[in-house]
Amino acid sequence: MPLDPSFIGRTYPPETTYEVGRAKIAEFARAIGDDNPLYRDVDAAKAAGHDDVIAPPTFLTVINIRAINEVVEDPELGLDYDRMVHGDQRFVHHRPVRAGDRLQITTHIDDIFVRAGNDFLSVRAEIATDDGELVCTTHAQLVVRGERS
Amino acid sequence: MNVGDELPGLTVQVTRDQLVRYAGASLDFNPIHWNERFATEVGLPNVIAHGMLTMALGGRVVTDWLGDPGRMVEYGVRFTRPVVVPDDDAGATVEFTAKVAEVRDDGTARVDITAKFDGKTVLGKAQAVVRV
Repeated sequence: MPLDPSFIGRTYPPETTYEVGRAKIAEFARAIGDDNPLYRDVDAAKAAGHDDVIAPPTFLTVINIRAINEVVEDPELGLDYDRMVHGDQRFVHHRPVRAGDRLQITTHIDDIFVRAGNDFLSVRAEIATDDGELVCTTHAQLVVRGERS
Repeated sequence: MNVGDELPGLTVQVTRDQLVRYAGASLDFNPIHWNERFATEVGLPNVIAHGMLTMALGGRVVTDWLGDPGRMVEYGVRFTRPVVVPDDDAGATVEFTAKVAEVRDDGTARVDITAKFDGKTVLGKAQAVVRV
Protein backbone atom coordinates (compact mmCIF):
# COMPACT_ATOMS: atom_id res chain seq x y z
CA MET A 1 0.00 0.00 0.00
CA PRO A 2 1.51 3.37 -0.99
CA LEU A 3 2.44 5.85 1.71
CA ASP A 4 -0.24 8.40 2.51
CA PRO A 5 0.74 11.78 0.95
CA SER A 6 -1.21 13.61 3.64
CA PHE A 7 1.87 13.07 5.84
CA ILE A 8 3.74 15.68 3.75
CA GLY A 9 4.43 18.60 6.07
CA ARG A 10 4.34 16.55 9.26
CA THR A 11 6.86 17.70 11.88
CA TYR A 12 8.47 15.70 14.67
CA PRO A 13 9.66 18.00 17.48
CA PRO A 14 12.90 17.42 19.43
CA GLU A 15 12.67 14.70 22.07
CA THR A 16 15.89 15.51 23.86
CA THR A 17 19.03 17.65 23.83
CA TYR A 18 22.27 16.07 22.58
CA GLU A 19 25.45 17.53 24.03
CA VAL A 20 28.43 17.14 21.70
CA GLY A 21 31.44 15.85 23.62
CA ARG A 22 35.15 16.04 22.72
CA ALA A 23 35.56 12.30 23.37
CA LYS A 24 32.63 11.42 21.07
CA ILE A 25 34.09 13.54 18.27
CA ALA A 26 37.49 11.84 18.72
CA GLU A 27 35.83 8.41 18.74
CA PHE A 28 33.93 9.19 15.54
CA ALA A 29 37.06 10.58 13.84
CA ARG A 30 38.98 7.44 14.75
CA ALA A 31 36.17 5.24 13.40
CA ILE A 32 36.48 6.92 9.99
CA GLY A 33 40.28 6.74 10.16
CA ASP A 34 40.66 10.52 10.20
CA ASP A 35 43.61 11.97 12.12
CA ASN A 36 42.84 15.65 11.44
CA PRO A 37 44.05 17.59 14.54
CA LEU A 38 41.03 19.92 14.46
CA TYR A 39 38.93 16.96 15.68
CA ARG A 40 41.04 16.32 18.79
CA ASP A 41 43.41 19.18 19.61
CA VAL A 42 41.67 22.20 21.15
CA ASP A 43 44.69 24.45 20.54
CA ALA A 44 44.85 23.48 16.86
CA ALA A 45 41.10 24.11 16.53
CA LYS A 46 41.43 27.52 18.20
CA ALA A 47 44.39 28.42 15.98
CA ALA A 48 42.11 27.72 13.00
CA GLY A 49 39.51 30.11 14.43
CA HIS A 50 37.13 27.65 16.12
CA ASP A 51 35.90 27.91 19.72
CA ASP A 52 36.63 24.23 20.45
CA VAL A 53 37.37 21.02 18.55
CA ILE A 54 35.03 20.64 15.59
CA ALA A 55 33.27 17.52 14.31
CA PRO A 56 33.67 15.74 10.95
CA PRO A 57 31.12 16.79 8.27
CA THR A 58 28.99 13.65 8.71
CA PHE A 59 29.22 13.49 12.53
CA LEU A 60 25.60 14.52 13.03
CA THR A 61 24.55 11.11 11.73
CA VAL A 62 24.75 10.16 15.43
CA ILE A 63 21.49 12.05 16.00
CA ASN A 64 20.19 12.15 12.42
CA ILE A 65 19.71 8.37 12.07
CA ARG A 66 17.67 8.27 15.26
CA ALA A 67 15.49 11.13 14.01
CA ILE A 68 14.94 9.38 10.68
CA ASN A 69 14.03 6.20 12.53
CA GLU A 70 11.44 8.10 14.53
CA VAL A 71 9.68 8.93 11.25
CA VAL A 72 10.18 5.45 9.86
CA GLU A 73 8.71 3.87 12.98
CA ASP A 74 5.71 6.22 13.19
CA PRO A 75 2.93 3.62 13.35
CA GLU A 76 0.47 6.00 11.67
CA LEU A 77 2.73 6.29 8.61
CA GLY A 78 2.89 2.48 8.34
CA LEU A 79 6.21 2.28 6.49
CA ASP A 80 7.56 -1.25 5.84
CA TYR A 81 11.02 -0.98 7.39
CA ASP A 82 12.19 -4.30 5.92
CA ARG A 83 11.73 -2.91 2.40
CA MET A 84 13.35 0.46 3.12
CA VAL A 85 16.78 1.65 1.99
CA HIS A 86 18.62 4.92 2.56
CA GLY A 87 18.68 6.46 -0.92
CA ASP A 88 20.64 9.63 -0.34
CA GLN A 89 21.91 11.93 2.38
CA ARG A 90 23.03 15.55 2.42
CA PHE A 91 24.34 17.84 5.15
CA VAL A 92 24.18 21.63 4.86
CA HIS A 93 26.36 23.17 7.55
CA HIS A 94 25.44 26.67 8.69
CA ARG A 95 28.54 26.52 10.88
CA PRO A 96 30.80 23.66 12.00
CA VAL A 97 29.53 21.46 14.85
CA ARG A 98 31.83 21.80 17.87
CA ALA A 99 32.32 20.26 21.28
CA GLY A 100 29.99 21.77 23.84
CA ASP A 101 27.12 22.30 21.39
CA ARG A 102 23.76 21.42 22.94
CA LEU A 103 21.72 20.31 19.94
CA GLN A 104 18.07 19.66 19.27
CA ILE A 105 16.74 18.04 16.12
CA THR A 106 13.40 18.78 14.51
CA THR A 107 12.38 16.45 11.69
CA HIS A 108 10.05 17.25 8.80
CA ILE A 109 8.48 15.09 6.09
CA ASP A 110 9.04 17.26 3.01
CA ASP A 111 7.71 14.96 0.32
CA ILE A 112 6.16 11.60 -0.39
CA PHE A 113 5.84 10.32 -3.92
CA VAL A 114 5.74 7.12 -5.97
CA ARG A 115 8.09 6.43 -8.85
CA ALA A 116 8.37 3.19 -10.80
CA GLY A 117 6.37 1.37 -8.15
CA ASN A 118 8.61 2.45 -5.25
CA ASP A 119 7.66 4.86 -2.47
CA PHE A 120 9.99 7.81 -1.87
CA LEU A 121 10.03 9.76 1.37
CA SER A 122 12.04 12.99 1.73
CA VAL A 123 12.97 13.79 5.30
CA ARG A 124 14.61 17.05 6.42
CA ALA A 125 16.06 17.66 9.85
CA GLU A 126 16.85 21.06 11.28
CA ILE A 127 19.54 20.83 13.95
CA ALA A 128 19.86 23.86 16.21
CA THR A 129 21.39 24.72 19.57
CA ASP A 130 19.06 24.84 22.55
CA ASP A 131 19.16 28.64 22.35
CA GLY A 132 17.97 28.56 18.76
CA GLU A 133 21.09 28.93 16.57
CA LEU A 134 20.66 26.81 13.43
CA VAL A 135 23.77 24.64 12.98
CA CYS A 136 22.94 22.13 10.26
CA THR A 137 20.13 21.08 7.93
CA THR A 138 20.11 17.46 6.78
CA HIS A 139 18.18 15.97 3.88
CA ALA A 140 17.59 12.24 3.47
CA GLN A 141 15.67 10.31 0.87
CA LEU A 142 14.29 6.96 1.95
CA VAL A 143 13.09 4.47 -0.62
CA VAL A 144 10.57 1.74 0.12
CA ARG A 145 10.73 -0.90 -2.57
CA GLY A 146 7.40 -1.84 -4.13
CA GLU A 147 5.82 -5.20 -3.35
CA ARG A 148 6.78 -6.75 -6.68
CA SER A 149 10.34 -5.43 -7.04
CA MET B 1 41.74 26.59 -7.13
CA ASN B 2 40.68 25.88 -10.70
CA VAL B 3 38.02 23.75 -12.35
CA GLY B 4 39.53 20.36 -13.16
CA ASP B 5 42.06 20.40 -10.30
CA GLU B 6 42.41 16.88 -8.93
CA LEU B 7 42.63 16.27 -5.19
CA PRO B 8 45.00 13.65 -3.76
CA GLY B 9 43.13 10.34 -3.83
CA LEU B 10 42.54 7.94 -0.97
CA THR B 11 42.37 4.14 -0.88
CA VAL B 12 40.80 2.52 2.17
CA GLN B 13 40.68 -1.14 3.17
CA VAL B 14 37.29 -1.37 4.88
CA THR B 15 37.40 -4.30 7.31
CA ARG B 16 34.88 -5.91 9.68
CA ASP B 17 36.83 -4.35 12.53
CA GLN B 18 36.17 -0.90 11.10
CA LEU B 19 32.46 -1.65 10.63
CA VAL B 20 32.11 -2.59 14.31
CA ARG B 21 34.05 0.49 15.35
CA TYR B 22 31.92 2.72 13.10
CA ALA B 23 28.69 1.11 14.34
CA GLY B 24 29.62 2.07 17.90
CA ALA B 25 30.81 5.56 17.02
CA SER B 26 27.82 6.41 14.81
CA LEU B 27 25.23 4.57 16.94
CA ASP B 28 24.01 2.73 13.82
CA PHE B 29 23.63 -0.87 14.97
CA ASN B 30 21.72 -2.23 11.97
CA PRO B 31 22.80 -5.92 11.89
CA ILE B 32 23.35 -5.91 8.09
CA HIS B 33 26.64 -4.17 8.94
CA TRP B 34 28.03 -6.78 11.34
CA ASN B 35 25.96 -9.98 11.31
CA GLU B 36 26.60 -12.22 8.29
CA ARG B 37 23.75 -14.56 9.15
CA PHE B 38 21.27 -11.67 9.23
CA ALA B 39 22.71 -10.03 6.09
CA THR B 40 22.42 -13.17 3.98
CA GLU B 41 18.91 -13.87 5.33
CA VAL B 42 17.73 -10.52 3.96
CA GLY B 43 19.23 -11.28 0.56
CA LEU B 44 22.60 -9.52 0.73
CA PRO B 45 25.72 -11.34 -0.49
CA ASN B 46 27.41 -10.71 2.87
CA VAL B 47 27.83 -8.01 5.52
CA ILE B 48 27.89 -4.57 3.86
CA ALA B 49 29.54 -1.32 4.96
CA HIS B 50 27.38 1.49 6.34
CA GLY B 51 26.64 3.85 3.44
CA MET B 52 27.32 6.64 5.90
CA LEU B 53 30.82 5.23 6.52
CA THR B 54 31.58 5.25 2.79
CA MET B 55 30.24 8.81 2.70
CA ALA B 56 32.48 9.81 5.63
CA LEU B 57 35.55 8.29 3.94
CA GLY B 58 34.76 10.21 0.76
CA GLY B 59 34.52 13.36 2.84
CA ARG B 60 38.07 12.77 4.10
CA VAL B 61 39.44 13.26 0.58
CA VAL B 62 38.05 16.80 0.67
CA THR B 63 38.78 17.68 4.31
CA ASP B 64 42.36 16.31 4.09
CA TRP B 65 42.86 18.68 1.16
CA LEU B 66 41.18 21.63 2.90
CA GLY B 67 43.04 21.17 6.19
CA ASP B 68 40.19 22.88 8.07
CA PRO B 69 37.10 20.63 7.74
CA GLY B 70 35.00 23.63 8.84
CA ARG B 71 35.37 24.93 5.28
CA MET B 72 33.21 22.08 3.96
CA VAL B 73 29.79 23.72 4.09
CA GLU B 74 27.73 21.15 2.23
CA TYR B 75 28.11 17.46 1.45
CA GLY B 76 25.70 15.06 -0.17
CA VAL B 77 25.74 11.61 -1.77
CA ARG B 78 23.44 8.98 -3.24
CA PHE B 79 23.96 5.41 -2.09
CA THR B 80 23.94 3.47 -5.34
CA ARG B 81 25.70 0.13 -4.61
CA PRO B 82 26.67 -1.68 -1.43
CA VAL B 83 30.29 -2.23 -0.37
CA VAL B 84 30.43 -5.93 0.52
CA VAL B 85 32.93 -6.62 3.31
CA PRO B 86 34.31 -10.18 3.60
CA ASP B 87 35.39 -11.69 6.91
CA ASP B 88 39.15 -11.46 6.30
CA ASP B 89 42.04 -9.14 7.10
CA ALA B 90 42.04 -7.39 3.70
CA GLY B 91 38.36 -6.40 3.79
CA ALA B 92 36.94 -4.39 0.89
CA THR B 93 39.13 -1.96 -1.04
CA VAL B 94 37.40 1.33 -1.79
CA GLU B 95 39.14 3.94 -3.93
CA PHE B 96 38.23 7.61 -3.70
CA THR B 97 39.12 10.37 -6.14
CA ALA B 98 37.87 13.94 -6.35
CA LYS B 99 38.18 17.03 -8.50
CA VAL B 100 37.09 20.64 -8.52
CA ALA B 101 33.97 20.83 -10.69
CA GLU B 102 32.91 24.45 -10.33
CA VAL B 103 34.34 27.65 -8.83
CA ARG B 104 31.56 30.07 -7.93
CA ASP B 105 31.44 33.86 -7.59
CA ASP B 106 30.25 33.63 -3.96
CA GLY B 107 33.59 32.31 -2.69
CA THR B 108 32.65 28.65 -2.78
CA ALA B 109 33.57 25.76 -5.03
CA ARG B 110 31.98 22.41 -5.79
CA VAL B 111 34.09 19.28 -5.54
CA ASP B 112 32.86 16.04 -7.12
CA ILE B 113 33.90 12.79 -5.46
CA THR B 114 34.08 9.32 -6.99
CA ALA B 115 34.07 6.16 -4.85
CA LYS B 116 34.85 2.83 -6.49
CA PHE B 117 34.60 -0.69 -5.13
CA ASP B 118 35.19 -3.75 -7.30
CA GLY B 119 35.54 -1.49 -10.36
CA LYS B 120 32.11 0.10 -9.91
CA THR B 121 30.99 3.38 -8.38
CA VAL B 122 29.22 3.01 -5.02
CA LEU B 123 28.25 6.66 -4.48
CA GLY B 124 26.27 8.72 -6.97
CA LYS B 125 26.27 12.50 -7.26
CA ALA B 126 28.77 12.78 -4.39
CA GLN B 127 29.34 16.51 -4.14
CA ALA B 128 30.84 18.82 -1.57
CA VAL B 129 30.61 22.59 -1.44
CA VAL B 130 33.66 24.20 0.15
CA ARG B 131 34.64 27.74 1.08
CA VAL B 132 37.63 28.67 -1.05
